[in-house]
Amino acid sequence: MLRKLFNFHGGVKPATHKEESTLSPIAPVPLPDRLVIPLHQSVGGHPRPLVQPGDRVFKGQRIGAADGSLSSAVHASTSGLVRDVVPAVMPHTSGLTTLSVIIEPDGDDRWGELERVNFRSTPPDELRDFLRDAGIVGLGGAVFPSHLKLKPGKEGALQTLVINGAECEPFITCDDMLMRERAGDMLKGIIAMRHMLQAREVLIGIEDNKPQAIAAVQAAIAASGETGIEAVAIPTRYPAGGAKQLIRVLTGIEVPHGRRSTDFGVQCFNVGTAYSIFEALERGRPLISRIVTVAGNVDAPRNYEVLIGTPMDHVVRLAGARAGTDRYIMGGPMMGARMPAFDVPVVKATNCILVGSPALFPPPPPEMPCIRCGECAKACPADLAPFEMYWHSRAKNFGKAQEYHLFDCIECGCCSFVCPSHIPLVDYFRFSKSEIWAREREKEAADTARDRFEFKNFRQEREKQEKAEKLAAKAAATREKVGADGSAAGAAAASSGTAPAKPSGDDAKRALIEAAMEKARQQKAQVQPKNTDAATPAVQAEIAAIEARRQVSATHPTDAPPDRPPSSGA
Amino acid sequence: MINSPFVRKPASVQSVMLQVLLALVPGIAAYAWFFGPGILVQIALATAAALAGEAAVLAIRGKPVALFLGDLSAIVTAWLIALTFPPIAPWWLTVTGTLLAIVIVKQLYGGLGQNPFNPAMAAFCLMIVAYPALMSQWPAAGQLDAGTQLELIFGGARQIDAITGATPLDALRTALRGAADPASTLHGLRAAQLMDGPAFGLIGGHGGEWVALGYLLGGLWLLQRRIITWHIPLAFCAALFAAAGLLWALKPEGFASPLFHLASGGAMLGAFFILTDPVSGATTARGKLLFAAGAAVLTYVIRVFGAYPDGIAFATLLMNICVPLIDMKTQAPVFGHKKD
Repeated sequence: MLRKLFNFHGGVKPATHKEESTLSPIAPVPLPDRLVIPLHQSVGGHPRPLVQPGDRVFKGQRIGAADGSLSSAVHASTSGLVRDVVPAVMPHTSGLTTLSVIIEPDGDDRWGELERVNFRSTPPDELRDFLRDAGIVGLGGAVFPSHLKLKPGKEGALQTLVINGAECEPFITCDDMLMRERAGDMLKGIIAMRHMLQAREVLIGIEDNKPQAIAAVQAAIAASGETGIEAVAIPTRYPAGGAKQLIRVLTGIEVPHGRRSTDFGVQCFNVGTAYSIFEALERGRPLISRIVTVAGNVDAPRNYEVLIGTPMDHVVRLAGARAGTDRYIMGGPMMGARMPAFDVPVVKATNCILVGSPALFPPPPPEMPCIRCGECAKACPADLAPFEMYWHSRAKNFGKAQEYHLFDCIECGCCSFVCPSHIPLVDYFRFSKSEIWAREREKEAADTARDRFEFKNFRQEREKQEKAEKLAAKAAATREKVGADGSAAGAAAASSGTAPAKPSGDDAKRALIEAAMEKARQQKAQVQPKNTDAATPAVQAEIAAIEARRQVSATHPTDAPPDRPPSSGA
Repeated sequence: MINSPFVRKPASVQSVMLQVLLALVPGIAAYAWFFGPGILVQIALATAAALAGEAAVLAIRGKPVALFLGDLSAIVTAWLIALTFPPIAPWWLTVTGTLLAIVIVKQLYGGLGQNPFNPAMAAFCLMIVAYPALMSQWPAAGQLDAGTQLELIFGGARQIDAITGATPLDALRTALRGAADPASTLHGLRAAQLMDGPAFGLIGGHGGEWVALGYLLGGLWLLQRRIITWHIPLAFCAALFAAAGLLWALKPEGFASPLFHLASGGAMLGAFFILTDPVSGATTARGKLLFAAGAAVLTYVIRVFGAYPDGIAFATLLMNICVPLIDMKTQAPVFGHKKD
């Protein structure tokens, strides 16, 4: 049965270079002398280190605990000694450092205790926690914590689970080889995900330049006897493997920027993620290794099963880097990132180490002015007008760039790929996005500071007012009291024969002062021990009861009932 | 620092412009065959002037001269100027026009990619306003031999009215106006009868229709090469056909047929080579349709009711002005924001 496929706009067809690295099976990598495992390997919070220098760790032992819900755990990839927990250069173009655990392997490669989980009998919340603690993240490159995506939407069930085996980037073949060699186990992971999402159907999208992978997956589906799971060959066109593009091709649904695909009844996972979920659930093994393609300027391009934290040059050495190598690119030639050094570690996001040379990836010809030919718009899979965004980005007119949907750009690189003026369009868009984020952060900080300042002013003002009111009330109360005392004193004076005088201003003031002094005396007296302090507990209880009664009668004067009687409703 | 993508399609402005030049060759060949070698001289003059003017301004602006001369865009402008000016225009007219186009309309606005107006059409408009007589003298096909043409281009005195007539478009308009006027000797003639005259060919002007066919072939090749999209040529031809067809259907004796309009003057050149200039034209799909249709209607109105031999140039400039608005209002919905 042929499934109806949908089309996405644009796209390009760069030379695929995939054959070279699929000639030999996935190979293991000998243990390196040192593993550098960054604690922050997924989207979200930075995991806290759970080990200290000098600790011995098992293979698969958790060394970083997820920080909050949007985060994922990190594990020791082999057994050995924790040498250090220090910032180390991370595999990112910026060359910035990140807190990493340095492990010296002991060579035993000894697993700790492995905990398996039956996904059918475990409550979903526990399963998600288990996957978070197993460090499962999206292996297609985005490294988004998978447990957060394994929730069915509001309806409690999903229409379609899309499994991404498209692998549209040139040179990369890790998903291809995974599907060829481990389709059965990958399918078990998919079945577990389908269970968690309550998905009605599963569509595994694979570009039609991978016939062997398609055949292997179809055979595995047939062998499993599962229904509602289909491996679908899709036309080879970059970026068919973009999650949104693949969802579009398979289901016809376009998930807009900023919306969750589950709102549309779809969720998408990479085939490698499915396999790592199988490893975690059925073998109890957390995510400590992944398949990495080594390709480009090497003698024997190939896929390797690489422990997370292995220095890249250790892996490349096996494939034999050729002369002229001037850079490693993590990922493919379209979206990959140039590495700041050769010995940065392989991380969960490393699907490919592309060894570059000036001959393989020559510097682009000089940038020419934009001639508005519209080639970029024709190639854009997000239906954008890159030349308009470029125009406004270049002028730092970021508001306008956003009006042309800058943030819908997925940075696939198609526009730069086709531009006859050799303009690095994606670089302009990355620049604009980071500028806008920086400005928003600044604005937020300024807003917070202003709010804080305004609140401080308001608080000071309020306190001043409250103080004044309190003083005024107190003064009024005292005046009243003094007035009462004064009349009593007047009566006394009348009886003693002196003329009763209405308290004049001076007298009132004097009375206030006297009242204040009296109060001070009373306060002083209170500090001195009361005679009741030495009483027996029984007597003290009695006193307390009396005090309580007095309190109640003081707050509820007898002439005003505490509650309004129901009859006086009118 | 070079970031992704690390691979690029082998495309360049130079190759785009080179293909446009190649696509003009069939039209130029037909032009030279029917009207004599004067056009080749004009192309050479315009090319030399364009390169010299561009190089001078680039040097003054401190831009890499070789890089920008190599993009061939100045040569495309030069050829379009030569092809739209009369083939027997005096050399200084062509050179001045070309320099105006390159120096003022293109470079003073910022050079390649920055000009809001089509440089060749701006030059045509400037020159036809400044030198209406010289810009309106077109030889009929096979009328002038090579020597006479060269003499007219480089010589001094011009006994022009004796040897050249108006363009078929011009002739038809004048004649039809005459035909409509009871006082005229042409009174009572029909458009169809007029077109049996020696200046007219099968559907357009004699010879000119073959040049138009050459442009059409080159334009189709550009379409096939994906240098241009179908929107502008199709919308222009359809709108011109519709506008001409409407009046022709209402009053066939008073107006030329829509096919005549398509095959005459600069219609094909405009549809495939002039309006498709990406820099000064609309860029969105719907925008291109609007832009080209507007240009077609304006062209028709100027041809039929105006005083100039052809309306393409003014129509192009008028529509160039509208491009920012058209582009802004015709942006297609982006991924995920489409209405089903």
